[in-house]
Amino acid sequence: MSVLRFFSRRSSAPAARERLQLLLAHERAVFGRTDLVAQLKDEILAVIAKHIAIDPEKVRITTDTKDTLATLEVDIEIRTPNGGLKLAG
Amino acid sequence: MAEVLVVTSGKGGVGKTTSTAALGAALAQTGQSVVVIDFDVGLRNLDLVMGAERRVVYDLINVVQGDANLNQALIKDKRVESLYLLPASQTRDKDALTAEGVERVINQLKERFDWIICDSPAGIERGAYFAMRHADLAVIVTNPEVSSVRDSDRIIGLLDSKTEKAERGEHIEKLLLLTRYDPIRAERGDMLKVDDVLEILSIPLLGIIPESPEVLKASNLGSPVTLANPISAPSRAYLDAARRLRGETIEMTVPSEKKRFFGNLFGRRAA
Repeated sequence: MSVLRFFSRRSSAPAARERLQLLLAHERAVFGRTDLVAQLKDEILAVIAKHIAIDPEKVRITTDTKDTLATLEVDIEIRTPNGGLKLAG
Repeated sequence: MAEVLVVTSGKGGVGKTTSTAALGAALAQTGQSVVVIDFDVGLRNLDLVMGAERRVVYDLINVVQGDANLNQALIKDKRVESLYLLPASQTRDKDALTAEGVERVINQLKERFDWIICDSPAGIERGAYFAMRHADLAVIVTNPEVSSVRDSDRIIGLLDSKTEKAERGEHIEKLLLLTRYDPIRAERGDMLKVDDVLEILSIPLLGIIPESPEVLKASNLGSPVTLANPISAPSRAYLDAARRLRGETIEMTVPSEKKRFFGNLFGRRAA
């Protein structure tokens, strides 16, 4: 009986590792990178604003992590020449 | 040049105070001058683990507030030359610590000691913040257990943003000290392995302290484990870690009591 139980017993450490990896990927995005995203947003905007007129309200920056791949998505709305003309007019 | 080291973890009960005492004593045993500071205001325990609880007259708060000078507050260890303790206050409120006061004390200690080891309280409140604030180097004490690893990850994030060094844009070195490790349970798959924790936290390893009854025995006696029983498995792990802190390259092992017995037997014969 005890031999059977020994062989059928699943080890728990792999579950701990997987749960931690999932949880920490999320928590790092919430706690660890808040400053980084804000800083990136400011610096990217400053560079682009030198050349193109942009509305800081219409910029979206998001990060995402899937398995080993982390992505940084920067979404900036740029006024079309028409819109620009309208504003100028 | 003085090194300011913070021993921290986020989670309580993982072995910060034990490790502060053991690493402090181990460094002093190699001839370095060392002061260990208890930042756990209101819940001090480093004095008790070091066996100096009846010799506390003045404390960190008294020095921070200017009611006593450093010489009055520092307690010299009776066993190791060059090891000193600066205790925390047991009666005062943790709000009695001030940023300017702590900075002044650390700067004064830098002139006298090779190592300033700050024992952080658990949590991420003021005391933990002051303990890490001036650190050049952080030792993250972690148990191979989910809640400890999670809290260590959080503390690593804080070290990278809230320390003076990080604010200056410099890199703060963070080293993992894995405590209460049981190689047999890890091998059986019932405990996170060293490599699991290293992969998750991605910081370099300072040492692996095996689970051992010697640690409790030493604290019962009020002695850092490296002094109470220097040839025990945890002591050898702490002594190796202290040598790594001094820049030596030492092979990473998990010391065990059995190996020690044979090691000594052969060692003696060879000598």
